[in-house]
Amino acid sequence: MSGGVNALDLRGITCTFPAASKDTEPYTAVRDVDLSLGDGEFVAIVGPTGCGKSTLLNVAAGLLPASKGSVRMFGEPLKGINSRAGYMFQAEALLPWLTARSNVAFGMELRGTPKREAAERAEAWLERVGLAGFGERYPKQLSGGMKKRVALAQVLVLEPKILLMDEPFSALDIQTRQLMENELLDMWSADRKSVFFVTHDLEEAISLADRVVVMSSGPATHPVADFVVDIPRPRDVTEIVQSPHYLDLHRRIWAILKDEVLKSYERGKSMSAA
Amino acid sequence: MPKRSIVWLSRFSIIVVLLIAWQIAIEHSRIAAFFLGSPVVIADKLVDWISTGVIFRHLGITLLETLLSFVIGCGLALILGLWLALNDTFAAVFDPFIKGLNSMPRLIMAPIFAVWFGLGIWSKVALGVTLVFFVVFFNVFQGIREVSPVLLANARMLGASRQQLVRRVYIPSALSWVFSSLHLSVGLAFVGAVIGEYLGSSAGVGYLILEAEGTFDIETVIAGVVLLTACALILDYLISIIETSLLKWQAK
Repeated sequence: MSGGVNALDLRGITCTFPAASKDTEPYTAVRDVDLSLGDGEFVAIVGPTGCGKSTLLNVAAGLLPASKGSVRMFGEPLKGINSRAGYMFQAEALLPWLTARSNVAFGMELRGTPKREAAERAEAWLERVGLAGFGERYPKQLSGGMKKRVALAQVLVLEPKILLMDEPFSALDIQTRQLMENELLDMWSADRKSVFFVTHDLEEAISLADRVVVMSSGPATHPVADFVVDIPRPRDVTEIVQSPHYLDLHRRIWAILKDEVLKSYERGKSMSAA
Repeated sequence: MPKRSIVWLSRFSIIVVLLIAWQIAIEHSRIAAFFLGSPVVIADKLVDWISTGVIFRHLGITLLETLLSFVIGCGLALILGLWLALNDTFAAVFDPFIKGLNSMPRLIMAPIFAVWFGLGIWSKVALGVTLVFFVVFFNVFQGIREVSPVLLANARMLGASRQQLVRRVYIPSALSWVFSSLHLSVGLAFVGAVIGEYLGSSAGVGYLILEAEGTFDIETVIAGVVLLTACALILDYLISIIETSLLKWQAK
């Protein structure tokens, strides 16, 4: 972490959604969350599935206004959409009617870059994510891993200061996933963007991040623990899992995460029984 | 997959057998001859229409009405569909009116359109528009309502303004639904044109049929029907080609 201002500061964030019907209570997804992301820092947020991790990312992205609390970007209060942040979604977010190249060029065109320049830069980024020659393909004609690469290029081509990633690789098979994780680390170490990486996979969290934040089970999710991952870089996600340092961290974090996962599991069971 | 040659040969045989049976029936029964007409005379009539070129004026008018119905119907549906789908209040207000108009038997509007727009092409176009409009409208509405929220969130994060969202996300999504219902909407435009002509006109294939019916000229009526069927098939084929190129991103 550099000594300057944080890339992102979430203070006292609470998100409450109105009741879906008369019989249900309003739902509080996250409550009183303080979370900061240093400039150039890679922070992984782990927690049980459905605990409101994505809600936090949406608040940081400016897509969802928090019911309470404040968001600061490099010291400035965030208003509206966070245009300096790139967001990589868990679900398919490419425009299906645009080719891979047009998808990558899309953001630049929206921001007023001339078409030709946008296409050239898109092509360069496709090459960078290993998709040279696939520019004319439509998303339907690409594999899951390739689509993720296009999505990554679509976000990175805009040179965001902050990257928000919501379980971006969870739909991929394990080999493709590790490959993508290594590539992400390579690209990240080139220019050290600040990254919020949400995942429910602890292995992924430890292998990628500088810091792992454990969230409680939902509703009213909040951080329950914060671990510094002092494994030296560059890292290789396929090798790192065997190092004793990694195993030790995994054991310590899992001890806390397990309780939350169990709570969330029990709640799920009782809800389905009711 | 069955062999193509066998399929085509069988299809051809069915037509030949039916035509022969038809010819035999009318040669043995005057009643059959009166009600069915002679296939030979019908074929003659078609050849005569085409060789003299009489038919092209009528066919041209029918197709022009079809095209205008389709374009105007689609345009109105796109504008109104977009407007209502993006505005919950208007959608709620207009919902019963649209449902009501849609469930009304609209062919019965033909005489009213004849009064309003006269016997020229515009009364037929009006009828076609009422038929095309609702198909396209519901598709546009659906297309816009079903845009994935993730897609929208992504476009917003990439920097899309409200206007850019409409132009670059909502409209393409709505159009993809419209394109996938082209067969139905063009077919209905064609039906509107022909029915409109049949109910009162001075030109068009529907008019030819109407005129022949008045003199119990069953052969001309059937020749007209055959011609319309052939046209509909060709239109359908052309749409399939257009569809493949417009929707190539949907192909695996």
